[in-house]
Amino acid sequence: MAMFNILKNRLFKGIVDLPQGELRPELDVLGKELKRVIDRRLKGSLHIREVDTGSCGACESEIIATTNPIYDIQRFGVDFVASPKHADALLVTGPISRNMLIALQKTYAAMPGEKFVIALGDCALNGGLFKDSYYALGGVDKVLKVDLRIPGCPPSPITIIKHLLAFLA
Amino acid sequence: MDIIEELKNKHQIEVLKVNTRQADESYLTVKLEDFIPTCLVLHKIFRSRVAMMFAEDKRAAHAGYRINTAFYAAEEGHWYYVCLDIPATSPAFPSLAKEIYSASLFEREIWEMFGILPEGSPDLRRLRLHEEVWPEGAFPMRKDFALPALPAKTSRNYVFIKGEGEGMFEVPVGPVHAGIIGPGHFRFSVAGEPIINLELRLGFTHRGVEKIMEGKKLPEALCLSECVSGDTAFAHSLAFCLAAEKIQGLVPPPRAILLRAIFLELERLYNHVNDIGGIALDVGFTFAAAFASVMKEKMLQLNDKLSGSRYLKGINLIGGVAKDIDLPSAKRLNDALKALAADLDELERILFSSASFMDRVDSTGILRKTTAEDIGVTGLAARASGLNFDLRANLPHYRLVGFSPILQQAGDVLARLKLRLLEFKQSTELIAHFTKQLSPGSLVAIPGSSTEGFGLGAVEGWRGPVLYWLKLDREGKVERCKIVDASFRNWQGLSFAVQGEIIPDFPLCNKSFDLSYAGNDL
Repeated sequence: MAMFNILKNRLFKGIVDLPQGELRPELDVLGKELKRVIDRRLKGSLHIREVDTGSCGACESEIIATTNPIYDIQRFGVDFVASPKHADALLVTGPISRNMLIALQKTYAAMPGEKFVIALGDCALNGGLFKDSYYALGGVDKVLKVDLRIPGCPPSPITIIKHLLAFLA
Repeated sequence: MDIIEELKNKHQIEVLKVNTRQADESYLTVKLEDFIPTCLVLHKIFRSRVAMMFAEDKRAAHAGYRINTAFYAAEEGHWYYVCLDIPATSPAFPSLAKEIYSASLFEREIWEMFGILPEGSPDLRRLRLHEEVWPEGAFPMRKDFALPALPAKTSRNYVFIKGEGEGMFEVPVGPVHAGIIGPGHFRFSVAGEPIINLELRLGFTHRGVEKIMEGKKLPEALCLSECVSGDTAFAHSLAFCLAAEKIQGLVPPPRAILLRAIFLELERLYNHVNDIGGIALDVGFTFAAAFASVMKEKMLQLNDKLSGSRYLKGINLIGGVAKDIDLPSAKRLNDALKALAADLDELERILFSSASFMDRVDSTGILRKTTAEDIGVTGLAARASGLNFDLRANLPHYRLVGFSPILQQAGDVLARLKLRLLEFKQSTELIAHFTKQLSPGSLVAIPGSSTEGFGLGAVEGWRGPVLYWLKLDREGKVERCKIVDASFRNWQGLSFAVQGEIIPDFPLCNKSFDLSYAGNDL
């Protein structure tokens, strides 16, 4: 019965893998370019490990949104992995709460070989609204060398994709 | 006031001072020896758990510390505070947690943040200032706090509750989890497959929000409230605004009140569908999960079109709202919601017709009603266990459209799932009603002169109540801001719900609560 409902939905709805309205042409162009760059520079795939160091959760929501069927960032060769040992890049959100310092350093250390660090969201860039806090270190670059900065509170999925492309190109 | 009389005549408790400056709040100051008896009376009369409990540092005014313990009389929609003044020289008070368990987390918080000792408390372990990185004797919420020499750590380790016996072992998980999600440490004590005990060690996203709030002017503090818990940005900023407006005697215009209700329900919608998809994902039902993620994205884009923000930020102002919904937008909104409600029916059919899905969610992760009540679980998780708690039930504009909270009795993952499905439909209907009632008018009340004072802003966010207790000084700056997100108590509900379940069902149980790390850790 479940299968019947899925098939029915599939027949009536078609494939929902394209962004809504005005986003569509922009994303198609961006995506093709991103795929080309990743093919050339990273042998076809970019694997990212995400670490939240005190984000409010909005950045996480937007990162997850890049993987929904509308943006579907995986089709351009980008994926998010569970283990740092499988990752090419470390993606960090949040203003670095003191409690997360050890975990962040350990995650970075566990990543192999050539790796780069992405700071995503205003908090990760410079501490954002929390930069004067007694408990936030205020920005990823206080701890690790940051290679790519993606500003926003939170940055939208399109913004994230654009910055990834601009950095890799 | 009846309650004062009752305390005096029936319980021989003399209330030293009563403050009823806010219409729906009463502050009863009592003597030290009357503190626990008064709390017990209010707890019993109103069948209220400790709704919030927090300290104030009033030493600058030579008034020592104050502990405020709030109880909510749901039927009359009234908040009662038991206020206890403590001399600065001996910062301690008798622990209430021994009598009323729901005070426990609040007391631990007061101890670690203010250094005020709840005497006789069964548990004084820190919640947020981890022993590995923060020294002893540094209490951030004290007004004279200065940053200690760091890095520093205590000589003590955090001690987990340990299950012991033959075949028992521990499984530590986190703080960094497999997915794209907030950090937290879960310590499972298991005997073979079943979980005997789950202890949550949170605080990893602690940013010191309450301290940063202090000294801020209202507009800046309002911005900060939107970043306390990103998926509840609107409910948090609304609770902050309600508190500030109450203090300043501002009444938002009717149009603003309705617009706020519409945005609040929009926040509920996108989060509910997110969780429905999350539950599907955590049993490996990827088609349904992808289906729900498309719905969520559509809703975020809808939010963006309406307000310029996917997460409904920048809408609330002190005294009203900054964004309007005009007639054509309201029509587009309702059309879009109708289509989404049809999508949801489809999703429900897909989920409920899958026997293997139902097998996973049915009678999994049961939170019993009595447990939920004892530990102070609120909001959606409480309603799924049959507890009738919903702050919206007391609001005139909700009453006008015949709102009544939806309840489920089973308290399992399925009940929390069904509740979301039903609330989704209810919220789309509420929005349709509210948009119909929008009459022309201003969006913001004319600001009054900033006055000092204190008051509570309470909003039924999608997880449950979001409480902001705010105190403003003479310049209208924040002197104290106590924030309680529903997650703070509901995390405990999760640890009880998984008892007897197996670890592979933990992600599923977790998602069915979907609690905020940031909202808990502050």
